[in-house]
Amino acid sequence: MTQSGSHASDLYQQVILEHNQKPRNFKVLETANAYALGKNPLCGDQFAVYVSVSDDGTIEDIGFQGMGCAISKACASMMTTQVKGKTKVDALQLKDEFQKMLLGELNETTEAHHLGKLTMFSGVKQYPVRVKCATLAWHTLEAALEGKASEISTE
Amino acid sequence: MSLSKEMKPVAVDLVEAVQMSATPQPIVSPLSEAEVRSIRADFPVLSQQVNGYPLVYLDNGATTQKPQAVIDRMTRFYSEEYGTVRRGVYALSAKATEAFDQVRSQVAQFLNAASEKEIVFTRGTTEAINLVAFSLGNVLLKPGDQVLISGLEHHANIVPWQEACARTGATLVVIPVLDDGSLDQTVFEGLLSPQTKILALTHVSNALGTVNPVAEMIERAHAVGAVVLIDGAQGAPHMSVDVQALDCDFYAFSSHKVYGPTGVGVLYGKYNLLEQMPPYQTGGDMILSVTFEKTTFAKPPARFEAGTPAIAEVIGLGAALDYVTSVGLDRIALTEEKLRQEATDALSGLPGLRMIGTASQKSAVLSFYLDYAHPHDIGTILDQSGVAVRAGHHCAQPVMQRFGVPATARASFSFYNTSDEITRLVSAIGEVRRIFTGSV
Repeated sequence: MTQSGSHASDLYQQVILEHNQKPRNFKVLETANAYALGKNPLCGDQFAVYVSVSDDGTIEDIGFQGMGCAISKACASMMTTQVKGKTKVDALQLKDEFQKMLLGELNETTEAHHLGKLTMFSGVKQYPVRVKCATLAWHTLEAALEGKASEISTE
Repeated sequence: MSLSKEMKPVAVDLVEAVQMSATPQPIVSPLSEAEVRSIRADFPVLSQQVNGYPLVYLDNGATTQKPQAVIDRMTRFYSEEYGTVRRGVYALSAKATEAFDQVRSQVAQFLNAASEKEIVFTRGTTEAINLVAFSLGNVLLKPGDQVLISGLEHHANIVPWQEACARTGATLVVIPVLDDGSLDQTVFEGLLSPQTKILALTHVSNALGTVNPVAEMIERAHAVGAVVLIDGAQGAPHMSVDVQALDCDFYAFSSHKVYGPTGVGVLYGKYNLLEQMPPYQTGGDMILSVTFEKTTFAKPPARFEAGTPAIAEVIGLGAALDYVTSVGLDRIALTEEKLRQEATDALSGLPGLRMIGTASQKSAVLSFYLDYAHPHDIGTILDQSGVAVRAGHHCAQPVMQRFGVPATARASFSFYNTSDEITRLVSAIGEVRRIFTGSV
């Protein structure tokens, strides 16, 4: 692995650590009409994502529960703050952009995107084994919104 | 298939004792710092930098690094001696066969097996256990029988038995784990019954390092007529193993955890049991004769070695066993015990650190959990300081469930590790604390 030049503190920025410690929307959503459970069998991390989608396809409310590392939990937390109020279509586009950024397929400084605050996770791309941690909640959200599977796995 | 046991003499004859003390035995001591330095120079991987720091390799429980002697032996074999085994009439094949067979004798000696015919080469410990669970499991187990395993097992010593039970109608029974990570011996004794047909037990827990009292447990299992398999993946690399003294029926270990190449492992089995077992896989090399009507199978060990084996890997295993034998398994055990004590002392005092597995008998495996950081975050931050540890469930999810943690960070030591590396580990854990709590 070539990670020289990167430092753990670049990855573990204060905002990320803060979201890990005090995750937003860390709740079971009683009014949810979409749900999925996402698991990473390699490490045992798992998150449940609950979404309340209105008739016109807007994410009115979202919650998540589960356990995982700081990266996965902070990502899940920030994901909930970023997709609330967006349409399903926009949320899924955001998921694609986020994933592309982590895979190095989207340069967040030179290319157009809607990532906003989510760019703070761009450091994860220096740690290929941790990309699955960062995308676990997003894959789970996608499964919940598309209603294809109630349980997904990273493997 | 129960085995009669001879009574052991209870007291040593006085004259013999005097004679024994008259011949001074060499004092076994841990490796000196100078010896460890010289040993480290034998392992090319250890001299590299990772993320700008000298590598501290503490994932020896997963796999061990390879000494130059193993790498050179395999290179020389491929460059000068390579040919198929047991088939060719030409010189290369004869020479390769001789080298290959020699390793079988060497392994027999390494485990103190009665004969090299009791040594089966497999792909690894996992395949060795699958072989026994399939072959012996199918002929031995029937509905109402029990297979006893322990709560400390690696998935490789759980799932093959679950499957064997599903095929035969037998029941899987589990010896519980106490809070210190040792097995509940009282419950174990209560679980033993004439229905216990197989005890499959790990010698040393890969997740916690607990060393099980296998000799005593084997004896008790034999008393009810059970056949005993010992998963030695974490045992054979760290202590001298005498299968005849243990009296186990099967013992399995992997080459890659004992400083040899991947892709080869060993199943020791008592010959009278191997002889009664049908093949696990079939094909070339394991037959006496084949017609379209009927095939007769070769005797063990060939019966269990279908197809061209991992020839160069077996040769490499031979070089690895030469290497550890020349260091000395007793010295390896003492050196690693010293590292275990040092590392345990150094880590135990750290704030927020919970050591999982504190049994009195342990190998140099330290599984821990920090109340302020997830094991994966620990693993990533440690790696940034060049310290390689394992983070995860260690293929032992029931152990994690038993201790109520999703995963642990695990530092597992080899005799090539040093006190300085323990200091590096402690300081890297300090960095995790700094990042996650802001305190130093």
